[in-house]
Parts: sequence; structure tokens; C-alpha cells
Amino acid sequence: MLNLPRQPAERRVNSTVAPWRKLRKIVAISIAAFFIVSVDGKAQPQPVAAAPVKHLHIVYLGKHYSEPTPLSLLEKPVYDKGIQGARVGAADNNITGKFVGQETDLTEDILPQDGDIVAEAKKVFAAGTSLIVADLEAKDLLAVADLPEAKKAIILDIRTSDDDLRQEQCRANVFHLAPSYSMRADALGQFLLYKRWQRWFLIHGTKPADLAYTAAIKRAASRFGSRIVAERTYTYNAGARDTETGHQQTEQQMALLTQSVPAYDVIFVVDLDEAFGEYLLFNSFDPRPVVGTQGLVAVAWHQAFDEFAAKELQNRFSQFAGRAMTERDYEGWLAARIFGEAVLRTGATDAETLRNYMLSDKFEIAGYKGVGMTFRRWDLQLRQPILLAGPRALVSIAPIEGFLHPKYLTDSLGYDEPETKCHFSK
Amino acid sequence: MRLALLIALSAAFLSSQAALAATLFVTNEKDNTVTVLDSGTLAIRKVIPVGARPRGIVITPDYRQIFVCLGDDNALGVIDTKTLTVSRSIPNVPDPELIAIDPKGERLYVANEEQSQVTVIDPGSGKTVGTVDVGPEPEGLSISPDLKTVVNTSEAGSMAFFIDTKTLKIESDVLVDQRPRVAQYTRDGKQVWVSAEVGGTVSVIDAQTRTIIKKIGFEIQGVQPELIQPVGILFSLDGKRAYVALSHANHIAVVDTQTLQPIAYVLVGERPWHMALDPDGTKLYVANGNTNDLTVIDLKSLKPMRSVNVGHLPWGVAAMP
Repeated sequence: MLNLPRQPAERRVNSTVAPWRKLRKIVAISIAAFFIVSVDGKAQPQPVAAAPVKHLHIVYLGKHYSEPTPLSLLEKPVYDKGIQGARVGAADNNITGKFVGQETDLTEDILPQDGDIVAEAKKVFAAGTSLIVADLEAKDLLAVADLPEAKKAIILDIRTSDDDLRQEQCRANVFHLAPSYSMRADALGQFLLYKRWQRWFLIHGTKPADLAYTAAIKRAASRFGSRIVAERTYTYNAGARDTETGHQQTEQQMALLTQSVPAYDVIFVVDLDEAFGEYLLFNSFDPRPVVGTQGLVAVAWHQAFDEFAAKELQNRFSQFAGRAMTERDYEGWLAARIFGEAVLRTGATDAETLRNYMLSDKFEIAGYKGVGMTFRRWDLQLRQPILLAGPRALVSIAPIEGFLHPKYLTDSLGYDEPETKCHFSK
Repeated sequence: MRLALLIALSAAFLSSQAALAATLFVTNEKDNTVTVLDSGTLAIRKVIPVGARPRGIVITPDYRQIFVCLGDDNALGVIDTKTLTVSRSIPNVPDPELIAIDPKGERLYVANEEQSQVTVIDPGSGKTVGTVDVGPEPEGLSISPDLKTVVNTSEAGSMAFFIDTKTLKIESDVLVDQRPRVAQYTRDGKQVWVSAEVGGTVSVIDAQTRTIIKKIGFEIQGVQPELIQPVGILFSLDGKRAYVALSHANHIAVVDTQTLQPIAYVLVGERPWHMALDPDGTKLYVANGNTNDLTVIDLKSLKPMRSVNVGHLPWGVAAMP
């Protein structure tokens, strides 16, 4: 039985490509070739549009940033988060595209950590591409977005959660697909209010990202009438992974960290770099659940999520990539799909038409979370339900039932229009 | 000739049985079972274990067999409606989600969700007689009354494909709103209605020109617009009304097929997706996925009469006189 090609027919891969992937590319091309033959053999030409195939050129611009090794051995370090999702998204576009004469060409442009992203971006823009999927940290993202050549580009940010980038530092050419820290914190805040677990013990790391998420949690506490009864920082990396007797240290460390605090309902942990958060579960002095970056997490995607046909995407992805779909893979997939959807509906491939469409009332994208998702026009953040997931299963989905909003329920998460400090549109 | 005879016979059968209760079959996606109920008493007659992830369900025109999609078994289960047991299984049907049978009972069309394919199966031998490559995540299927065309929706591709049943080639594709779940030919075969779950609309497509005549939208007071998610579509026996299951809006919309306007909304359980019409046309049976029950709607008064528990995550319904 014929399986449809799961890879875009054409893609430029940078030099770090693994040999097995090259092999798979050859397989994909041969499948594609078979396709052309079978299509040509059809008596009726309708499935193949008479007009020449329209090409959607997307460049995936990224960097191999060093990422923390997960604390748990259950989680393997993954070095191709994001791009694998974009590949699946482009392939999804192309299944539909072959019926309407459209093809998504995904170019992969991923630099080493010390690579010159600005020079690379200039080359990309000079080559005439203005549809970018940005797997870049904040500083690099802004450097690319602020290039004069990028003015008319559409940059889909699939990596950052910084509220700054959606507030004072927002850019008119940067659309944010990943939920912001404030959306995540509000999602947990709604859930904790619904549970009446309103006394929070906040424990956080001290890296800039930890502090940014911490600020969003404090905002959520005041929005939902919850109380931070104690706040502590933690920096020591007890590190049970790859340590023979590591658990003995963490047992003591975590108990010490969590004793002598006022009565509380939950530990709200912020440890984005995975230095200690995982160890708070079952090691706290008092028996309390853990929420935040470990324990119950607020994410755009989770590998245990299978509702709203999500199982189909999970299966499609894992068959393609040979591993579970991470949050950034989901954003990468979504980025390719958003461009694909805009091209499918408008028939155009230029940035201006696509941008106008993406910001119009007609645009919405289905992302396996049950509702059509759209962009907030005031900060170009994608509105979306947020998954609340435990280590092994989905717990709930925010907006939590009962949290209302006059326009979109999902606008109950994060910075709403009246609160925004983003003013590029004015 | 055979068809005429069949119609005559079943008409005679129908009229003699009109006062009698129907038998209902409900697939329970998470229980791996089919619940069998008596439509009069709504008592459960039997729970049949069928296999992994039963969703789409269809009954043959002679009411002798029921075909059930078993997604995680990559197979169809076949229920003998006399013995109420699984009499056989059709293997090697990749990830079947939804199934349709033509009015003569000669062909099964199955949407293979993960394969971007529609498989055509001979119901007797269980052999695959053809496949059609369609859009990603195929789901809805409907066969034209003249048997010439089958329409298939691609959930992830937002399209309805018109497929020639003889050549199994795609003749036309129609772009509809996001996540089209169900396609349904009107009783007269002149239109195809396609629901878009995330788009929140039903596209009414002219079956001849294959263009959209109208997109029907829905509005229920007190229900957030994004929760209005049309899935199942059925037409009344006289073709004058359409019933559209609105999923997370927990209502069934009743649409006038002349004006193409919703005329009523009936409250049911949570997340209604698929429905079945009573063979006598007087009642509608609705499977409510999130409340694990089945709601019976009286189609004269448009009132929900009763809801009864079935299995875990009920998905589809079939009715037998």
C-alpha cells in the first residue's frame, strides 16, 4: 500500500545532516517520483491543477543553542526540536497541496551556536525569501527582525515565551506561536483557582528566563486572587542524573528547601534549565503537589495529549521523527501549517497578502486543540488553549470552564488588549 | 431489478414493523464495545466486545450485518444482527475511522485516517477492491443516491473530494472551512452538506457544479461561538430538515433545507457527534461522547425525551427496525 511522502519533496539541508536522514530523503524522493508516475497515469487530470504549481518558500532559521540535559533519564536529550515539526507541517501542506497545485518548499538554515545569524538572515532576505520560521532566542530574533530587509517579512517565532517580546519589545513583523509566560502562568492560575489551591509557595531559579516566568506567576497570583505565601530561590544543582548516590543528596536538599514556610497548597516551581525542579515531587517537607515548569506544566503541546484528533498528529510525527513530539516541534509544525493555510486560502505567496490574510477575520488555524486559533492583533500572539499536563497524563485544558471573556475565551490568558504595552500598530 | 425488489421488500417490512421498537447499536470508542439497545424501553440488550477503538458504524441495507471501524486493530468488525455477535473480521484495513455503505449494499467505503486514503471494500468477501489517495486525515463519506459519486472530506486539508465510484479518480475538490468531519448527500442527491468542526459552519455544495451555495452558521444564546462545532449531519426522511450535531455546544441544530436557516436547537448531552434516525423517521438518536450517553429526540416536538447511559465515549450510532 502506498504511503504518502512524509517529507517535502525539496529541501536544502545544512551540513550537519545525519546520514540516516540523507537515506530517508532518497526514499522520500523515490516515493515522490512514484507519485508523479501514478498521477500522470490518471485518465482524469482534475487532481493536478492545470496551472503551474505554486511554490511556497519558507526558510527555517535557527541555531543549535546548547540546551540543558533533562534531569530524568526518561527524557532523552533532543537536538532537533522544532525543525522536525516544521518538516511534518510542510509534508501535511503538500498532501493537500498536490490537489490544488501548491507546494511547500522548506529550506533549513540552522547555524551553530556561534554562527552569525544577522549575516545569514541578510543572505536569506537577499535571495528573496520573506517567510521565516524563527527558532531563535530573543536577542537573535530581534537582531533579525530589526534588519531593514526584514521590514516586510513575516517572522513566525516558535521558540520564545518572553512577555517582553510581546510587550515593549514587540515587533510588527514577528508573530508569536509559542504561548508567553503570562499565558502559561494564567492557565495554571485559573486551574488553581478552580481547585481553590490559592496559597502558593514559589521556588524559582535565578536565570533571566526563570525570573521572567516568575514575574508572570506573580501577575497571575494577583489576577486570580491567589497568594504567594513564601518565595525562595534555588541555584544548587544536586544532579541525581549520572551520579551514583545522587538521590540521597536531593532528598536532603529538597526537604531543607521546603521546610519552615507558612501553610501553603502548592509548590509553584520555576526551573526552566532543569537544575532541580523534578526533585521537588515527593521530596518536599510537606505533602503538596508541584506545579509550574515541573509537575503540572502549562504547555502548548504534550506527548500524552491525544484529544481533538491530536493522536493523529502525534502518530504522524513519531513515525516520521522516531521520537515524541515536543512543544517546539508542535510550534514548528504550526508555523508551516499557518503559512500553508494562508496560501491555500488566498492563492498568493507574497508576504503582504499572506500577512493581511493572517490578520483578517477570515483566518483561523486548526491545531488539534478543538478550537480555531487566531492572532491577537495588538501583539501578534497566537490565541490558543493551553494544556495542563502532569508527567504522564493530561490534567486539564485552559481556559478553564467558567473563565469568561467577552470576545475570545482564550483571551483570558496573557495580556489582553487594554493591558498591552505593545504599540507598533499605532 | 434487485434494487426495486429490495426497496419493495424493505418498505413492506418497514410498514409492518412501524409500531415496533428499533434496535440501536452504539460504538463506545474507549470501551472497545458496541452497546445494543431497544429503542422503545432504551434497555440495554447486550454489550458486544468488538475490538480496539470502535468508531464508524454502518448497517447494511438488508439490516443483516453491521460493520464497525476498529481503528487500533486496523480492521473492520462485522456484527451479525441476529446473533448479536461478531461473526467475522476484515483485517488489513489501516486505521479505519468512518465507514459508509452504498444503498445497494455492494460496496463499503472506509476512511483510513492515518493513511490519507479511502479504501473500497467488498462487504461479502472483505476484499479491498480499490484505494483512493485523498487529503490528510480523511473522515466524512457519503455516496450519491445514483451511486456514481462518493464524497470524502479531508479533516486536516479542509477539503471535500468528489470521487467517481467507477474509476476511483478524484473529479473535483472543494475547499471548505477548517476540520471538515462529515459529508452528507441530501435525499434528492442535489446537494452535499459538509460540516466544518473548527470552522463552525456547514457548507452546502451543489452536487452538479461542485461549488458552495451557502455556508450555514449557527448561533446559540449563551454559547461561546468557538464552542459551536458542527460534526454529524442527517436529513429527515422527507428531506425537509437537516439535523446537525454541534459537539461542544451540546446541541443539535435543526435546519430548514429550503431556506438553509437553522430553525431550532435541541439540548442534548455533552459533545454530540454522530446520530441515527429511527427507521420510521420519528426519532433521532444522538451519541454524546463526554457524558457517555445517548439522547433520544422526538422529531415532531423537537424535544429531548430521554438520555440513557451507554458505554465509555460513545461515537457512532446505527438503527435497525
